[in-house]
Amino acid sequence: MWSFLHKLGSPPWLYAISGSILRWLLPLTLLALAAGVVWGLLFTPPDFRQGNSYRIIYIHVPAAVVALAGYYVMATAGAISLIWRMKMADVAMKAAAPVGAALTFAALFTGAVWGKPTWGTYWVWDARITSMLLLLFLYLGVVVLYEAYENKEAAGKACAVLSLVGTVNIPIIYKSVDWWYSLHQPASIKFTGDSTIDPSMLYPLLLMICAFYALFTCCLLLNMRAELLQREARTGWVRKLARGGE
Amino acid sequence: MYFDSVEAMLAMEGHGVFVWSAYVVTAVVIALILLLPLRRQRRLLRELAADERRARAVAANARGSS
Repeated sequence: MWSFLHKLGSPPWLYAISGSILRWLLPLTLLALAAGVVWGLLFTPPDFRQGNSYRIIYIHVPAAVVALAGYYVMATAGAISLIWRMKMADVAMKAAAPVGAALTFAALFTGAVWGKPTWGTYWVWDARITSMLLLLFLYLGVVVLYEAYENKEAAGKACAVLSLVGTVNIPIIYKSVDWWYSLHQPASIKFTGDSTIDPSMLYPLLLMICAFYALFTCCLLLNMRAELLQREARTGWVRKLARGGE
Repeated sequence: MYFDSVEAMLAMEGHGVFVWSAYVVTAVVIALILLLPLRRQRRLLRELAADERRARAVAANARGSS
């Protein structure tokens, strides 16, 4: 356990292990994404009420789910770097922010173009949508705040505090569709009780959710690797890497 | 396959514009979040390799002139 934690704090080890993970996880992710998109777009029946516009669900829901999960990753990493001063946690927090922002943007955009044919409008100030917009601003806030500080240690602290404070928003997003019932429909997939979605639509959706989780992991690792190289540019292992051409 | 023809697939009974624009924008977002860190990593390694070569050239020069 301790030796594992020790290794986790070691940049060359993290760089090497993430490289070997990405070698198989990245192709697998792209394959799952492609399979899920083809399945959802071409091989599922249309929704009996919404027609074909519902096909946006296969990217909208996964992007939103993983955007939320990504916030946990970022806030947890922020807490660890704040409490135990673990450098790698700071790297992970910084790496998660742009990926989370991109996925939140994708969820909002796909939601808007789904809203037009379904609700007749691109945007409403509904609780779910507004709290997702706040999530986007929290992610972007961390990205911008990190860049704003000259002193990177202070930047890390400020971002960790911001991401921890922003955690309040997460249960609000989850519960918003039940507390303030307006246009956005409640969740169709439930862990307890029966899901209100047909299996022929559920399986491609689950595949896409898994694919988006894998995508988040890939992007997190890619960002962490780039960040590690930059921070460790003066150390022996990075110099050796640069000489080797890899 | 659900659709009978490519035209039907593109049109999606009038919803094609919405569905396809959602998928295209998401694809672009995914491509960006994968390619940007890879580009940053490549650029860093290239710069470091160039620094390394320069440092070695300077060291060789210093040895040669003394």
